[in-house]
Amino acid sequence: MSDLEIRESVVRGGIGQSPLRPDGVSKAEGSYLFSSDLSADNMLIGKTLRSPHQHARILSIDTSKALAMQGVHTVITADDVPGKPTYGLISSDQPVFAGEVVRYIGEPIAAVVADDEDICARAIAAIDVVYETLPALTDARFAADPESMEIHPDGNVIREQNVVCGDLSVVGDVIVEDRYTIGMQDQAFLGLEAALAIPDADGAGVECHVATQWLHEDLAQIAACLDLPETAIRMVLGGVGGAFGGREDISLQVHVCLLALATGRPVKMHYSRSESFLGHVHRHPAEIWMRHHATQDGRIVKIEAEFIFDGGAYASTSSAVLVNAVTHTQGPYKCDNAYVRGVAVRTNNLPCGAMRGFGVVQACFAHERQMDLLAQKCNLEPLEIRRRNAMATGDRLITGQTVESVAPVREIIAGLAAIPEPSETLHSNGHPYGLPGGAGNTTRSSDVVRGVGYGLAIKNLMYSEAFDDYSTARCRLDDGVITLKFATAEVGQGFITIAAQIARSTLGLEDVRLDPIDTGVGSAGSTSASRQTWMSGGAVEAACLKVRQLIFEHVAATTGGDAFALVIEGDTLVNTTNGQRWPMLQIVSGLVIDEEVEFRHRPTVPLDENGQGDCHTAFAFVGHRAVVDVDVELGLVRVVEIATVQDVGRALNPLSVTGQIEGGIAQGLGLALMEEIIQRDGRIMNPSFTDYLIPTIADMPPVVAQLIEIPDPQAPMGAKGVGEPPTISSTPAIISAIQNAMNRSGGADTHLTRVPIRPSDIAKAVNSNLRD
Amino acid sequence: MTYTSDEKHFELTVNGSKHQVKDSFLGASLLSVLRDHIGMTGSKGACEEGECGSCSVLLDGNLVCSCLVLAASVTQSSIVTIEGLGGATDVQQAFVECGAIQCGFCSPGLVMAATNLLDRNPDPDVDDVREALAGNLCRCTGYGRILDAVQVAVDGRKRNKL
Repeated sequence: MSDLEIRESVVRGGIGQSPLRPDGVSKAEGSYLFSSDLSADNMLIGKTLRSPHQHARILSIDTSKALAMQGVHTVITADDVPGKPTYGLISSDQPVFAGEVVRYIGEPIAAVVADDEDICARAIAAIDVVYETLPALTDARFAADPESMEIHPDGNVIREQNVVCGDLSVVGDVIVEDRYTIGMQDQAFLGLEAALAIPDADGAGVECHVATQWLHEDLAQIAACLDLPETAIRMVLGGVGGAFGGREDISLQVHVCLLALATGRPVKMHYSRSESFLGHVHRHPAEIWMRHHATQDGRIVKIEAEFIFDGGAYASTSSAVLVNAVTHTQGPYKCDNAYVRGVAVRTNNLPCGAMRGFGVVQACFAHERQMDLLAQKCNLEPLEIRRRNAMATGDRLITGQTVESVAPVREIIAGLAAIPEPSETLHSNGHPYGLPGGAGNTTRSSDVVRGVGYGLAIKNLMYSEAFDDYSTARCRLDDGVITLKFATAEVGQGFITIAAQIARSTLGLEDVRLDPIDTGVGSAGSTSASRQTWMSGGAVEAACLKVRQLIFEHVAATTGGDAFALVIEGDTLVNTTNGQRWPMLQIVSGLVIDEEVEFRHRPTVPLDENGQGDCHTAFAFVGHRAVVDVDVELGLVRVVEIATVQDVGRALNPLSVTGQIEGGIAQGLGLALMEEIIQRDGRIMNPSFTDYLIPTIADMPPVVAQLIEIPDPQAPMGAKGVGEPPTISSTPAIISAIQNAMNRSGGADTHLTRVPIRPSDIAKAVNSNLRD
Repeated sequence: MTYTSDEKHFELTVNGSKHQVKDSFLGASLLSVLRDHIGMTGSKGACEEGECGSCSVLLDGNLVCSCLVLAASVTQSSIVTIEGLGGATDVQQAFVECGAIQCGFCSPGLVMAATNLLDRNPDPDVDDVREALAGNLCRCTGYGRILDAVQVAVDGRKRNKL
């Protein structure tokens, strides 16, 4: 063997491959510690007292009976919050504990800490609160009325945002309009809220292990409420059992830290499923009116719309959710003229905030139902009307912003058209799972009608409107071993896998280790807005590139060459001027380099009063085709298949991308068919997995996924975020398919306008039409 | 209710070992005794009413939701939890390799259910798998990679038999 033999210089586990997740084995074996699995010596348990009233004045709180109970260590209320009495992601309007007024059923009033869970429960029951109930504001439309009573010192209107563009006098040859309703969806992550707070020995600070999406934002809010410097609090990511937006807001973080500092002992809090429904924000229920004007041949010339979002009792991220909704009114379609009005309001309902899709889910449901109406009116196939209006890179949005992102909308449409449809006879192949309603219902094959429908979406990536959005990463090279440090919340999406892949590919070294995820490094921003691959991926890449540059300079200095002539190919360093090659491991032997980088995306600006401005950072696109079987008489639906084509820029880890696509579609299917928090006078009627249904393995159809990989020049490594798009247009695709089945059954001319759809929505429409 | 006396309440046989349960409320579920008294946190609680399957264990070989079992009623039974599978089983490896794990909260329960299925039925078709796993909720994956993982485990066992 000669020394000149050319080795294949690949780095194992680099980008574009699908290495195994580093936490996979421990999760499969049950040894991975979720925040709810944590414990400490001498640990106490904390529990929250919540309001039974939608709107009431608190006249008195008597904790004496609870405090006198054996095993109870203390009880805290609003009077015991040493710092800022409120918190909140955008505006600090939510009390740590309600002091004078409660504004929703489930609002925290007090917290107890005791030896165990059972004593906590009895102590909670022993707290005597006297309320004077007040009239409740439950209808978002009334809340927006200036004549209505104000339920919060900041007023009822959280934000109004219009988008006005072009020539408003334009009238289309064809006009379609309707009103749409989106129900309140729950993130329903499986790992319930939990945290363990451990006070410092001197009582001057606290360490909080918590399942969250954004450690540093939690830290800032906790510090303010505790009246402690941020340096006195350390946040450590406890194992996170899913998030989907529901862990972006504070839930039990401040309470558990207060209890730990009050008792000087470790305190754990964890919610039950029913408490979890009260303890985090949900997807905004929305009422949307939309009117499309088009030419006879189906080209959109103007859109008018009105959005009313029910933000519930506190603001959370409502203002940003609203901006996402109104700025995505047009969907992935060209439109020059628009008049859009939007308002998000406070009511005495459950607070709403972030959930996967963040305002765009609501807008997309409306614009996709509208596209179907328009197709019908113009006598065009659903894909053809979408093709004629498809947006492309360089087009201007109704906000005046130019779409600089790769916008492969026509490619998505062509891709969907090319995927073969599943066989017509699936539902009659014998197994009851093939039938709408499954084994327990009474569908007969002869009542089943097949339907096909489509949905397309555009989704902004990262934070908008001038938010200083950044992520921090540190790369330490020590004798051939890379150690990465970042505060990016791993919530299940797999950032820890791709972080290591990025480091391997950038540095040509395979041994990558990850430091614990905590606030021992700068903020990574939130694991939300499909942003971590771009932002924290970009930060990891940038930190590794700095290290790489220093390696090149070191090699140039020691070999007398030019640092700019050096490149890394796989696991090999190559001097491009003379072809000399060295294994990277040999080159970095003994080298120690440590670099930290703050990575920012390009700046954005706030919208003006007419909704104009380059407010978004970047965009991703997606399309879905749903095939459904519907028992039109019983209103039962079986989704037979979902096909999807998604613009991903570049799949850094194809297996993870597939996982995001399939999982996101499951949540879109849930919103289409079954998931809704039902409130009656502000009380949740279904706060359990018995009554709040999420898709099971029997509900989920096969997913046929095709990726469009056109690397985006603005994205680090060309990769776009992939988490949210699957959830967005899968919902309207399924409703469109159901509509198609209803139309084919000779039944309804009723236009489906609500999600989740209920069996009665289908059956009533079809049966009444048949009777006529 | 807490008991301060060290009087023995009952004994459970978990993963082949006997565990004295001294300080538990007699009405406690098997899940809470496993997690809070025996210290085995591999079984997860996500609904505590038998809907999600995260707490699945084998009770005398039958798959059950441990949140629905009264711990004190199973003193004569053999209990196998996720910790009792021994680790790195073919099913667990297939889950990791096929991308069936994201947040992982449902994984121990799904691994128990899939293991139990394969022990009962070495050659399940896809509807059999759906039926067997329909009691286990997963919020992250959409189940596609889970079906794939079970199939990989089935194929592996078939190959090993040849």
